[in-house]
Amino acid sequence: MTVPWRLRLNPILCTGHALCAELLPEVIVLDEWGYPILSPVPDELLSLARRAVADCPTLALAIEPAP
Amino acid sequence: MTAPATAPSERRLLAGYHALGRPAGLRDHRARYGALPSLGPEPGERAGTRLIGLLDEAGLTGRGGGAFPTGRKLRSVAESGRSPVVVVNAAEGEPLSGKDRLLLAVAPHLVLDGAVLAASALRARRIAVCVHSAESAAQVESALAERGPVRSVAVRVVRVPGRYVASEETALVNHLSGREAKPAFTPPRPFERGVGGRPTLVANAETYAHIALIARYGPRWFRACGTPDAPGTALFTVSGAVLRPGVIEAPLGTSVAGLLRMAGGPAEQLQAILTGGYGGAWLPIRRARTPATPAAFAAAGAALGPGIIVALPARVCGVAESARIMRWLADETAGQCGPCTFGLPAIAEDLAALADGRAGETVWRRLHGRLSAVAGRGACRHPDGAVRFATSALRVFGPHLAAHRHPGNCPAAQGPGLLPTRGGR
Ligand SMILES: Cc1cc2nc3c(=O)[nH]c(=O)nc-3n(C[C@H](O)[C@H](O)[C@H](O)COP(=O)(O)O)c2cc1C
Ligand code: SF4
Ligand code: SF4
Repeated sequence: MTVPWRLRLNPILCTGHALCAELLPEVIVLDEWGYPILSPVPDELLSLARRAVADCPTLALAIEPAP
Repeated sequence: MTAPATAPSERRLLAGYHALGRPAGLRDHRARYGALPSLGPEPGERAGTRLIGLLDEAGLTGRGGGAFPTGRKLRSVAESGRSPVVVVNAAEGEPLSGKDRLLLAVAPHLVLDGAVLAASALRARRIAVCVHSAESAAQVESALAERGPVRSVAVRVVRVPGRYVASEETALVNHLSGREAKPAFTPPRPFERGVGGRPTLVANAETYAHIALIARYGPRWFRACGTPDAPGTALFTVSGAVLRPGVIEAPLGTSVAGLLRMAGGPAEQLQAILTGGYGGAWLPIRRARTPATPAAFAAAGAALGPGIIVALPARVCGVAESARIMRWLADETAGQCGPCTFGLPAIAEDLAALADGRAGETVWRRLHGRLSAVAGRGACRHPDGAVRFATSALRVFGPHLAAHRHPGNCPAAQGPGLLPTRGGR
């Protein structure tokens, strides 16, 4: 199955709050300094991904169709 | 178009300097190259059409490090349909590069011709020439004074802070827009939304100089040297253990060994070549036959970058040199993105531990993990260059690293170090 959505991170805005990784551990893992590493978003997690985008305190996350 | 009868072949950008033996004033420049050709646009013609066609056919790629096709870049800028800003990137942030400074010193009118051609083709009304030193700024100012005002285009010379990432294109756009000279998140890229919100063409100083010659002599002439994939000549700054360090001009595709020969040949036994600068990669000396094209260098694990070639002598410790350079790269972060701000110093520490013989298995494993975790995660490509550099150090100096298993086992590592890592500019 193709994964039609992906998250995009603005690393300048991201302050490593890690909120997103708590909401969406299947897609977002943290590096050793607490900054998110993103994987493609499977369909069944789309609504959680949208919530991670909305809840990021610095508006560093966006969701967009994968190219 | 001016008759190409006396068009120089293998020495192009520096032909005038070598013939005259001194910097070319406007009169010298006009005598050698003739007047600036006119490439429109005519009323009703789409902006950039003719110049873009010439650049596409010539196959010119940017000489600032990324080797991006210049015609395609101009087309992206032109497609907005708005009047863009033309930026000449002559800030030359790589400590061991000297080619852009040399061009501004000896052939400033070639660079300015290219910028003026691009500006008039794209209907730009502003040109910014970005330099680092006061000396370069003065050279451009006096060349501009010789030329007099450019019709309907305002040209200004802008000094850029001496930070490595300040000459990255989005940092230049920020600087020219009155913000701090730090990289920005993209998109929007400068061609979409650049200086003051206008579409902006950012290209390297040498790239503009090639444009000036392609406009005069045409794509066929440009392709008469170099390779089909990497046509034309490029400027190379050759330093380290060679007999005549300096800036040379050579056809793309010249082998690394050939470039060293043009710089007088090795001054002593060599072990490796640093290609592309501190954001570049090491190439072992046994691969010195690699042709200097972006693709051949990449396939060999090297990086053409802005044409930096540094010959590392066998007596110097490559691991210790790399650790110092990695530290410098870490210090040059703009400190905006977590993986770059924290990852580069962490990688630098691990490399230093390796160099000092303080590294056990855990450091090794951690370093490999860090190298694969950091690349591609910054707003700009600074971390990618730094990671490529460190990765190449492990690969190329890997066999020698065995000597670093214990402190003091590599006497060469105790030396003062060869390559400059501060006050280099
Ligand atoms: C950290 C960093 C530093 C850079 N420094 C320079 C520089 O000093 N000069 C330059 O021309 N390009 C530099 N670049 C590349 C520019 O961002 C840009 O791609 C280039 O000026 C485009 O010119 P070109 O298409 O003619 O190569 C740098 C890029 C990065 C990531
Ligand atoms: S919630 Fe936002 S700021 Fe926090 S780590 Fe995730 S993306 Fe970064
Ligand atoms: S990647 Fe590094 S140098 Fe580039 S903007 Fe982010 S912090 Fe600055």
